[in-house]
Amino acid sequence: MAATTTDCIIEICDLWTQFGEQVVHRDLNLCVHRGEVLSLVGGSGSGKSTLMREMLGLEHPTRGEVFVFGISLANGDPVELRRLRNRWGMLFQEGAMFSALTVFENVALPLRELNTLDDELIHDLVMLKLEMVGIEARHASKMPSSLSGGMVKRVALARALSLEPELLFLDEPTAGLDPDRSESFCTLIATLKRELGLTVVMVTHDLDTIVSISDRVAVLADQKIVALGSVAQVAAVPHPFIANFFQGERGKRAMEGLKSPGKAFSIVNPPAPQEN
Amino acid sequence: MQTSEAPNWVPPTLSVGRTAEGRSLVNVIGAWNLRSMESVVHALRQQLADQAQDAQWDLSAITRLDHAGAMMLWRAWGKRRAQHLVMRPEHEGLFAHIQAGPELAVPVKQIERRRRLWAAGRAVVTLGEHIIQVVFLLGRVSLAFLEAVRHPATLPWREISANVYRTGAQALGITALVGFLIGVVLSYLSAQQLKAYGAGIFIINLLGIAVVRELGPVLAAILVAGRSGSAMTAQLGVMRVTEEIDAMSVMGIPYTLRLVLPRIVALAISLPLIVLWTNAIALIGGMVSARYELDISVSYFISELPNAVPVANLWLGLGKGMVFGILIALLACHFGLRIQPNTESLGVGTTNSVVAAITIVIVVDAIFAVLFSGIGVA
Repeated sequence: MAATTTDCIIEICDLWTQFGEQVVHRDLNLCVHRGEVLSLVGGSGSGKSTLMREMLGLEHPTRGEVFVFGISLANGDPVELRRLRNRWGMLFQEGAMFSALTVFENVALPLRELNTLDDELIHDLVMLKLEMVGIEARHASKMPSSLSGGMVKRVALARALSLEPELLFLDEPTAGLDPDRSESFCTLIATLKRELGLTVVMVTHDLDTIVSISDRVAVLADQKIVALGSVAQVAAVPHPFIANFFQGERGKRAMEGLKSPGKAFSIVNPPAPQEN
Repeated sequence: MQTSEAPNWVPPTLSVGRTAEGRSLVNVIGAWNLRSMESVVHALRQQLADQAQDAQWDLSAITRLDHAGAMMLWRAWGKRRAQHLVMRPEHEGLFAHIQAGPELAVPVKQIERRRRLWAAGRAVVTLGEHIIQVVFLLGRVSLAFLEAVRHPATLPWREISANVYRTGAQALGITALVGFLIGVVLSYLSAQQLKAYGAGIFIINLLGIAVVRELGPVLAAILVAGRSGSAMTAQLGVMRVTEEIDAMSVMGIPYTLRLVLPRIVALAISLPLIVLWTNAIALIGGMVSARYELDISVSYFISELPNAVPVANLWLGLGKGMVFGILIALLACHFGLRIQPNTESLGVGTTNSVVAAITIVIVVDAIFAVLFSGIGVA
């Protein structure tokens, strides 16, 4: 079934995306390794979200193919594709909570759909996931519309994690979270990656998140991946977008954190002001 | 089945033995993740439950472990750590997590046993709320209208014209079809009865009064309530959900002027026109049927119609159309603005809007029938 190397959990081959005359991706190739956190960055309109939707099979590329777990999303066996959908989780930018269900039911829904687990186990698992993302038990019976934006995001993460996925997609995971929450979000992702061997693909603009959790960064510009590698490697690539993104005022601050890990994010021990 | 699992995948199993001290030893082997356990979870739970209380647990042969697997074991141990336990250090974290978890109980919502009287009272109060809110909305729209009439430039002409097109021009097809068929059926059935008394000529009176005074306006109103009323409710409801209405209020644009008024004015214009159109088509249907059933020629039908049906009936019908239009749009907007930001509320609101609009149309029609009983009857 798999015509690809086992190392790639997602493989994108010669992908083209066109909307009418406008070419979004031209001959794009990418391999996401098992167990890594890959950040996808790029300017607005560079096709980051489209690329992620193509990895999820929500949109189909004009040309080229996407393989996830070695299965082609376009031509794979329907039964395998259905099983595949239980092996990944997606955190949508706005949460995409089912508004007619409570928080608890939202997280329990994918587990119930398996039709094999008993209610008690589902209950314990759901409460464990909610506790993991920092949602207290008293919020479990609330409706999504009565939660704050940050809480919706965390419940959505709990739902994305409820099937114990091997692969997690995050769309702007820390947008709309306060700095403290962003920080604990990054810690949570790092813990999950360590404990469960999770592979994470995320689209984000938040440099602090990129620097603190990504193993590799892919920069999408000029209709293709212009740079791929560790944060430090990518930041050194001469490209106008990268220069703007990583060498701007905010970029410098976040990169400072990379050089002296643990200091830039510590409140007790703030980084020394830059001299120039 | 597990084609895409790692090649060294082993199903989740328990192997029971004895330790040197004679206690029972449980070796937990294989992949204890949700995907592997999914199909055998019942059997596993049974096996786990069969183990002795003081058994020695060895988890070091587990190849994969996730929260679901850890939770299964945790429950087998009676929701605490097993006394005699060996596991790989990388799995400690999962159990530590479960152990650290606080009280894992969803607060159960008390389902009140509502008594019938209570429910009836509640329904009356809700009805009262609706009436008050509709009156308030009507008041605000009237004020906005009066204000706009004094400064015609502020009237949202484009929205009004767009709504007239949507609720009027685009409804011509369906109202024509329904009107024509009703005309044919009514005429055909009446002709059967009239023929028996040799009173075929009265088909013109019967059809004329029924269609122009009653059926045309009510039929058109019901179709428009289902078609445009639901659309208006859904539109406003979605705007409420996406906070578009709040955005307008923040910008200082009154939504009664921008959203509610154009819909009411548009339906007040388009529904009488639709009524006129439905009347005409229904009468054509009746004429066609009368031509074949009773041999009444089309030209005779047309020339006799003004004598049989006083013109007051037409004005009454058109007036009813205007009132129905205002009511339908008002109720549609009222229900649209009440919608809560969730999908269920959107569905309930749209249904309620259509049901309320049709009901009110029929109630008001009955009131009209009583008030104008002396007018237009030869």
